[in-house]
Amino acid sequence: MTLRKTAGHSGRKLVLFFVHAARMSSLALQSLSWIFLAPFRGKPIRWGATFVQMVRIGVESVPIVSVISFCVGLIIAMQAAYQLERFGATIYVADLVGVSMCRELGPLITAIIIAGRSGSAIAAEIGTMKVSEELDALQTMALNPIGFLVAPRMIAMMVVVPCLTVIADFVGIAGGFVLAISNLKIAFIAYFNQTAEALLAKDFITGLVKSFFFAIIIAQVGAYQGFNVQGGAEGVGRSTTTSVVVSIFMVILADLMFTMLFYSTL
Amino acid sequence: MTEPIITVRDLHTSYGHRKILKGITLDIYPRETFVILGRSGCGKSTLLRHLVGLNKPDKGQILIKGIDMVTASEEEQNALLRKMGLLFQNGALFNSMTVGENVALPLMEHTPQESSTIRIMTRLKLGLVGLSGFENFMPSQLSGGMKKRAALARAITMDPDILLCDEPSAGLDPIVAAGIDQLILKLKTALRMTIVVVTHEMASVFMIADRICLLHDGEIKFLGTQAEMRQSKDPYVLQFIERRADDENLDPDQYLQDLMAE
Repeated sequence: MTLRKTAGHSGRKLVLFFVHAARMSSLALQSLSWIFLAPFRGKPIRWGATFVQMVRIGVESVPIVSVISFCVGLIIAMQAAYQLERFGATIYVADLVGVSMCRELGPLITAIIIAGRSGSAIAAEIGTMKVSEELDALQTMALNPIGFLVAPRMIAMMVVVPCLTVIADFVGIAGGFVLAISNLKIAFIAYFNQTAEALLAKDFITGLVKSFFFAIIIAQVGAYQGFNVQGGAEGVGRSTTTSVVVSIFMVILADLMFTMLFYSTL
Repeated sequence: MTEPIITVRDLHTSYGHRKILKGITLDIYPRETFVILGRSGCGKSTLLRHLVGLNKPDKGQILIKGIDMVTASEEEQNALLRKMGLLFQNGALFNSMTVGENVALPLMEHTPQESSTIRIMTRLKLGLVGLSGFENFMPSQLSGGMKKRAALARAITMDPDILLCDEPSAGLDPIVAAGIDQLILKLKTALRMTIVVVTHEMASVFMIADRICLLHDGEIKFLGTQAEMRQSKDPYVLQFIERRADDENLDPDQYLQDLMAE
């Protein structure tokens, strides 16, 4: 009996997983068509709302992204120096900080901060609108909620997250810089040259490509969870939490796949 | 007789296994005020949501100006919706926008007018519902009655042919509720619209209705004019008019069984 119960339970979960996956892909396709196709069919993008979102998601996140990346840069530099000191190779701290920030940590930290800060906001906003019938009101005014709400947020994300990633990369490297100059007594110019030599354009560009796709994931998960709200305030809370958990999970999975694609030695 | 503007044929719908509407058939004619009456949970709001395509029926036809709302393409539906206004039960104003922006939104999105023209039209509509000077207020700063009136202004910004109102007087004190009814009557004469009102308030029914449809358990119990309703001998209609509660049938054995049931 318990076996059957367990099998039934996990079967239902599995089916539910595929249902969610299918619905989410359909939402993603619709959003992309509202961004890339609809403008040619006489349904212009709402640039005003898009800029508002860019400010909310991007400009307002600059301080927190900077502070956290700076700290992460410092941390990596300290950990690296601790190991490299034994070999008298502390100058390589520059390589380590530069490459790991640009390839991995810059995009990843930015994505996680934005998922927590803005992905959740998208879920909560759309969810609250669903609960208070505002989504229905949009529809009865012949306005499509995806075109009206999701498209501006998604465009804003796609533009702003790579920009924030660039900031995170540079501020993180600056963090390593500060530690190297103050603690490791490495000359300013030596550290600078070492970083410039270690970094390839590929490191930087793959990071940006990743962050662009992270942006799509965060916007889509947020919007999907918002549309999926059931019930009242409690439902909004649950969907908001789920949006953060799911988008961080999916960002890390995507990161794994991109790393395999770009750097796999297998 | 003129052609009906809204035609509903054999409409069936359900939430899960629970049947909500069981074969509704009715016609609504241009420029009449049609009231859908019934107790809470009888499916009257659901019927209204079907008229604007928010819900899809299990079976049946809904023709608006001759176009089937169920099978129409998105373009056709949108064209129809632009000429319809829906007043939601709780207003459903966009809380992130000011009252003025709420009212202006359909104009901004669907018409090529200059923003100065839109501003004038917005003030005009707000004036019609008695809210001039409130365009810069947020919906959260308004009282319940004012929210309803602002929502009504938004519903009529596109000068619709059909105005649908979901319980316009629910949750309002009798004086404000009567004010909303007056407003509906005023709009009807000023804008020559077809008005469909869902309600359970007998007082407002007799104030505004041309024809009345009484729903009970997803079926039409009565359909006719006010005078016909007053003369009706149907016990359920009488019970509704006289505001009598259901007779309490207490079967002790059944009650005990319900309590003890697993």
